[in-house]
Amino acid sequence: MDWVALKLSLWLAFWTLVVLLPIGLLLGRWLAVSRFAGKGWIEALLALPLVLPPTVLGYYLLVGIGAESAPGALWESVFGKPLAFSFEGLVAASVLFNLPFAVQPMQRGFEAIPRQVREAAACCGLTWWRALCRIELPLAWPGILTALVMTFAHTLGEFGIVLMVGGNIPGETQTIAIAIYDRVQGFDDAAAARMSATLLAISLAAIAVSYVAGGRLARRHG
Amino acid sequence: MRREPRRRRLLRRLAGLAACGFAGGLAAPPAFAAGPAPGRAEPVPTVAAASGLKFAIEELAAAFTRETGRKLRLSFGSSGNFARQIEQGAPFELFLSADEAMVFRLADKGLTLDRGTLYAVGRLVLIVPRGSPLKPDGELRDLAAALVDGRLKRFAIANPEHAPYGKRAEEALRHAGLWEAIRPRLVMGENVAQAAQFATSGSAQGGIVAHSLALAPALAGGSHFALIPAAWHQPLNQRMVLLKGAGETARAFHDWLLQPAARAVMARYGYGPPEEGKGEGGEEGKGEGGRGKVQGGGKAGSGKTGEGAAWTGSR
Repeated sequence: MDWVALKLSLWLAFWTLVVLLPIGLLLGRWLAVSRFAGKGWIEALLALPLVLPPTVLGYYLLVGIGAESAPGALWESVFGKPLAFSFEGLVAASVLFNLPFAVQPMQRGFEAIPRQVREAAACCGLTWWRALCRIELPLAWPGILTALVMTFAHTLGEFGIVLMVGGNIPGETQTIAIAIYDRVQGFDDAAAARMSATLLAISLAAIAVSYVAGGRLARRHG
Repeated sequence: MRREPRRRRLLRRLAGLAACGFAGGLAAPPAFAAGPAPGRAEPVPTVAAASGLKFAIEELAAAFTRETGRKLRLSFGSSGNFARQIEQGAPFELFLSADEAMVFRLADKGLTLDRGTLYAVGRLVLIVPRGSPLKPDGELRDLAAALVDGRLKRFAIANPEHAPYGKRAEEALRHAGLWEAIRPRLVMGENVAQAAQFATSGSAQGGIVAHSLALAPALAGGSHFALIPAAWHQPLNQRMVLLKGAGETARAFHDWLLQPAARAVMARYGYGPPEEGKGEGGEEGKGEGGRGKVQGGGKAGSGKTGEGAAWTGSR
């Protein structure tokens, strides 16, 4: 069992959530309440990672965060180390390919709040911020939880992009999925089986938690 | 505020998206359906080749097709991965491995026609991208200096756990006494072609890859390289083998690769002739029809059959 790789995967999932939670909340709420021309295009753009092959995203990331790219060069000048082949680079990639998994369920959560509830909150003199914290977040909570769990599980499972932009560095960019791939190619089936079973159990538990909690919350608010 | 309809809507949205993607995929012409050549009843065989051979075998296959009118399909990847897939019944007819161990493994399982033929010996190079602070020095002296003074941040090799060129790169680095020092700086390609891509991308300062890749026009323009002494690592014996069920075309290509003309192309890509190589474990290559007999100068008493023991991936 490769604990280093498992820890790295969990760590990657954690940081992806930290970055995506505010982004997902803001984007999700904005898309849920506003009506404007071109909204469909923005939703389509956000959904792209669902249908694009990892190789396409991987290729753009290779070009986009490499040493010769503007973001890559900027990162290196600020932090003194390259963004490609680093944990931070993986987090950036992970945030990108998880966008739809985070934004879409949150958007559905906010969409489910009746407009009258929002108007009532405004009539009571609640500020935007207080209405969000006291009214909307508690009501949209099942969607938010689903988003977090889906993002978490999806990060653990991502393989293609990590293989293309990570560089397979133990303790830095070698996630559990890559470690399993290495073991299979190295004919070490016993280790691959152990790690696969662990990943299966974690993913199943995460999704079960979201369904149970989501169902309970939906009943309470329903 | 019920959960069910919302989830159903999300699912419907996802299904719609998936359907769009699927329809888009269907609308595109299937580029992979190479099918049998017109006027020829024989299907096109698929050749599995180690990624280090990419450019050499592409050129050779094109020449073979021009000469004989027979088509081939080429698949490139890591030798370990192909060995896995062949064990699971992948429909390859000829396997060009960068590692003898893989071929012997398949032969021991009775998946091949024989124990394969040694057809070339690969070499390692130190490759550095243009503008790298690293000097291309095959004896790795500048690499050692760069490790000390911090010029080296990232160094690419193929994964030693299952890529033959990665194993040999590790041996060479160990020989130079740099392995422990360089380990924290390594990025590992899944196969040697990906390692070369990492090494020359500009995100790493250099890497150790196959000579054949460094000589390829695609890389030669943007990088410099130097040969690493062959004595620093075990020989990279390139062994090919016909698999059970190999057809006429695959057999013809196998024999064609042993001809002087093909040898000359391999030499242009930096491969040494197989006579230099030492068949580990006293293996003897048996070419089809008695052609291409290679005397395996097996290391007496070493008793190593292609380092099968190194394949446990214990870390």
